[in-house]
Parts: sequence; structure tokens; C-alpha cells
Amino acid sequence: MLQTVALSCLRGDRRLFSGLNVTVQPGTLLAVVGENGSGKTSLLRMLSSLLSPEDGAILWHGQDIREQREQYCAQLTYIGHLNGIKDDLSAMENLTLSASLAGDHCDGPAAHAALEAVGLRAQTHQLPTKVLSQGQKRRVALARLWLSARPLWLLDEPFTSLDTAATGLVTEQLHAHLKRGGIAVVVTHQEVGLPSSIVQRLRMNG
Amino acid sequence: MNWSKYSAPLAFYPLAGKMVPWFSVVAALIIAVGLYIGLLVAPTDFQQGDSYRIIFVHVPAAWMSMFLYVVMAIWAGIGMGLKARLSFMMAQAIAPTGAMFTFLALLTGAMWGKPTWGAWWVWDARLTSELILLFQYAGVMLLRTSIDDLRRADRASGVFALVGVVNIPIIYFSVKWWNTLHQGASVSMTAAPKMATIMLTAMLLMTFGFWMYSIAVILTRVRCVILERESMPAWSNPSTAPEVAEAR
Amino acid sequence: MTRPSLWEALRGVVRRDLLLAMRRRSDVVMSVFFLVIVASLFPLGVGPEPAVLRTIGAGVLWVAALLACLLSLGRVFTADYLDGVLEQMVLIAQPLPVLVVGKVFAHWIVSGLPIVLLSPLLGLQFGLDGEALGVLVLSLLLGTPSLSMIGAIGAALVLGVRGSGLLVALLVLPLYVPVLIFGAGAVTSSMAGIGGEANLSLLGACLVLSLFFSPWATAAALRIALE
Repeated sequence: MLQTVALSCLRGDRRLFSGLNVTVQPGTLLAVVGENGSGKTSLLRMLSSLLSPEDGAILWHGQDIREQREQYCAQLTYIGHLNGIKDDLSAMENLTLSASLAGDHCDGPAAHAALEAVGLRAQTHQLPTKVLSQGQKRRVALARLWLSARPLWLLDEPFTSLDTAATGLVTEQLHAHLKRGGIAVVVTHQEVGLPSSIVQRLRMNG
Repeated sequence: MNWSKYSAPLAFYPLAGKMVPWFSVVAALIIAVGLYIGLLVAPTDFQQGDSYRIIFVHVPAAWMSMFLYVVMAIWAGIGMGLKARLSFMMAQAIAPTGAMFTFLALLTGAMWGKPTWGAWWVWDARLTSELILLFQYAGVMLLRTSIDDLRRADRASGVFALVGVVNIPIIYFSVKWWNTLHQGASVSMTAAPKMATIMLTAMLLMTFGFWMYSIAVILTRVRCVILERESMPAWSNPSTAPEVAEAR
Repeated sequence: MTRPSLWEALRGVVRRDLLLAMRRRSDVVMSVFFLVIVASLFPLGVGPEPAVLRTIGAGVLWVAALLACLLSLGRVFTADYLDGVLEQMVLIAQPLPVLVVGKVFAHWIVSGLPIVLLSPLLGLQFGLDGEALGVLVLSLLLGTPSLSMIGAIGAALVLGVRGSGLLVALLVLPLYVPVLIFGAGAVTSSMAGIGGEANLSLLGACLVLSLFFSPWATAAALRIALE
């Protein structure tokens, strides 16, 4: 269970949000929506422990994440705006290296399967990612979701650059994750195609 | 007395304001006495004549430059440990004064070198260490001004100040080592004239005077920093909390 | 999900960077060429008289090596910072200082080791003989890893900051001075007949110190840069 208590964020001169109290139960997706600059990405980065809050705390299973940073990081998968892939490496190399560095089991067949599942044809797996399109690079970044058995997923605008088919594949994978009892926090501009019983919305006013 | 209430910048502002005049007056008095003793009362050195008197500014300035760097690093460390804004503001306020004393030490060193050894610059241990210290001060200040985000600027220059503080004794040792390596070519400014008690008194007085001066100037500067940084709209009107729509 | 062991994570970090370096071999070559060019500038500036070159050789080569290291610092973290790989690395459930050591080690293999290997040739250009050449190589072997570790602190502090190229030089050069003094001093003392052991042991001490302390400072700086 993920909880924020009186969370507050100060970026430069502006207070983006303060006193934010949110609870997300297992099996729920928290969709964070709002205008540009309202603090959505900052909130997600706070949840991932990359950014420390000005005030307040974030609790994972009741414990402050600052007291258990390494254990907390072992339980989350964060995919931000940046894809986190190296242009000079192939999709396969990127996926196997980053997944195994992070601790998600990943051998050759598993990586191939993940890339196929996100809609990348087998021929593209060995090409250096710099020749892929934006949408294909985003898919390589998102392929980690098929390898991650971690309970908390934090995604920042995952559907950017994706076409309808890919969006559908990612949404399905999110659904499967939620059905397993996982939690997802997704910053997004579009409606997530999931039943509203498992979607909680947070609108940031900024 | 509850000191912790002064850890808020806006509460510290008036306190600092009240302290400045006291320190300024004390500083002016002590520096005046120190200079009087150093320039007029202390005897002429039989080796170096009257030109040695610059030591009464050179050595205290050098001591202050190193002392202030350490103090700055301590404030930066406190800021990072306690996440206290005022500590970072103090560190920010100290750097220019420390750099000024470093520069003064270098300048007076050159002024001493010329009549004594005939050169405007000598690569002795203290002067060279002071030069590198000046670079470190410059690094702290430039790092701060190059980073736009205040919070990052505070913490990045804090990290650098702490790293630099570890470097100071290493530099001092390595430069002395370097001096002994290349013996013969070096002259030493630490080979100052034998210190008569009165000369030592003058130097200590000058050091104390510089210290009082530093406090006065730094407190004045930190007040400016507080004004600059605390007049942000975020502190006067917090934005509304975001609404949460529960899933039905 | 299984957490990788620390050793596996370290190996993974080094492997990825070495793999990338092999794809862009020009990076290795650039360091080497820079060293050669800078070292060649000094005789051009000072005159080719062998006695003079012999005197300044140790210092010149060490300064050139130092500058080559400095220039290569832009490659330690910047690319990873820009494409998001750095924030993923920070989120790995392992102590960040250890991962930093891995990154810096890989960086040294690509940018520092070539300098060490090329130095004897350059030493010959300055008229250094057998024993002095040996001491030169050893001093660079001990010194360049320190330069990489210390430089990483500066590189991490200025990530994404404008004017970072010059700024990192200003930050890092005062920290480089002791290593320079001991490194060049080792060769000079060896040439003077005193023997370079004292300076070399001091270099070793610098290496141990930087290995233990700079990863912490670098990790702190990386977290600050990613906020």
C-alpha cells in the first residue's frame, strides 16, 4: 500500500503542491492528471525517491521510504520521460543489461519475448536503437514492464509516441499487473482504458 | 533562551541586524589598535627594515582565509544534515569574505616579496597554498551562481565546500613537500623575523580584529541573502491542495 | 524478483560502459591524441634543447596527462544523465558509491589506461631514460585512477549546468594538485638520484584515499543533480 502524508513540493520559487494526502491500495492504478507544470512529474519522482519532498512523507506499507531506501527501490520499476536506453546498444542489449542490473531476471529468450510482447518485430531486436523511431524506442523502454515482477510501477507519460496498438498492449500489461495485486501510478494526459473500479484519479492544480 | 526559533531565516534577520553594529565597532577599535602597534610601536627589524610590517596584515589575512573556509564548510555540512535553509545562507554569505581575505593575503604577500626578495611573486608554501585556496573559493562561488535552482546550488556548493575542506591540509602538506623537493629555488615567507612579544601581540590583535570584521560583514551579507531568497511568493500564499477523485 | 548481488551489479555497470566504449572507439583515440599534441606543444614553446626538455619533461607529461583526464570527464556521466540511464542506475537497489566506482573504473580503462601505456614513448621524446621512464609509467598508473575518481566528483556536480566544461576544470584542478606534485615529483626525484619511492607511496596513499572517499561525494552529487 502506498501512501503520501502531507506531501509538499517546492521547485525553484514555486510551491507546486502542499499537504497532499493520497492512499493507493493494491490492485489500483492512480492516474495523475493536470496541466503542464502542475507538479505531476515531481510527484512521481518523489514517489520513486529520486526527489526529496520539501515537507511530508511517503509511506510504503506504513514505513517511510527514506528509512528503507534500498528495499523500497527493489520493489519499484520507474520509467520516466527519458527512455533510459543507450543509443549505441541494440534493443536486446539494452533490455538484458538494464533488467539484470536492476535485478529482474532476464535471459535471451525472456528479452526477446518481452520485446515481441510490446510489439517490436524480431528483426528490430538486434539493431542499435539509434536507428529506431521515437515510438519504437519508447517500446524498448516499456518492455521492462514484461520482465518486472515488482509490486510498484511508476510511469511518467508512458503512452507518449505510442500508436493505438502499442497503447493497448501496455494497458493490457498494466491490467495484468493490477490483477496480481500490484500498484501503478501513471502520469498521463489521456484516459487509461481500464475499468473505473480499479482506477483512482488525482488531479493536480498547480 | 530558545535559540532554535532563530533558525528560521526571517526570525534571524532582525537578530543579525542588532548584532552588526556591535561587531563593527569592536572590529574597528581592535584593528586600529593592532595597526598602531604593528606599524608604529613594534621595533624595526634589523634584517628587513620596515617592509616586514606588512606581515601584520598578511599573516592574519591568511589565517582568516583558511578559518573562514572551514567555517563555511561546517555551515554547509549543517545545512545538508539538518536541511536548514539558514545554514546554507550563512555558507553563501561567508564565501566572498573568505575569498577577499585570501586575495588580501596574496596581495600583501606580493607586496612583501618585492622589497625583501626582489620578486613580486615567490612560489613558497604559504603563498602557493593560498593561491589554490582562492581557486577553491572561486569554485564554490561559481558553482553556486552557475546553477539556477537554489536548492541544487546550495547543496552542490555544499558538497564542494566539504570536499575542499578535506583538500586544504592535503594541499598544505603536498606544497610543503614540493618545496623541499625543489630546494634551492625556493624562498620561504614563513621564515619571518624572530617574533618579539609585541609583534606577536599585534598579529593576534589583527587576527581578532579581522575576525570581528568578518562577523559584521557576513551578518550584513546574510541579511541581504535572506531578503533576496525569502521574498518568494511561495512563502506568502501556499497554493491550494490538489483534489482527489476517488474511484467509484 | 531477485536482487542481484553487489558484485553482479558492479560487473554489469562496467560491462555496459566497456561495451559502449567499444562501439565508439574514437573516444579512446581522442584521449591519446590530445596527450600527444599537448606534450608536443611544450618543445615548440620552450625550444628543443635536450637539457631543458629533460628538466621539464616529467612535469610536462604529468600536466598533459592531467589535462587529458580533465577533458575526458565530460564522458563519465553526461551521456547517461541525458538519456535517463543515470536515474535508472541511481534507482538500483545497491549502494550507489559502489556503482560509481564501477563507472569510474570503466572510464579509467578507456581514458586513463591509454595514457599510461603511451607515456614511455612520450618520455623518450623528452629524453627520459630507462629508470625514469619506469617511474613515469608507475606514477601514472597509480595517479590516473585517482584523477578519474576525484574528477568524477566534479563531473557529477556540474551535470546539466551551463558552462560546465570550464566550471569542472576550476572545481577539479585544485583537487588535482597533490596528485600532480607527487606524480611529477616521483619522476624528478628518480632522475635526481634520490629515488621515487617516497613520492610513489604518497601517490598510493592518494589512490587509497580517493577510492574510499570520492565515491561517497560523487554519489551525493549525483543524487543532487537528479532532483
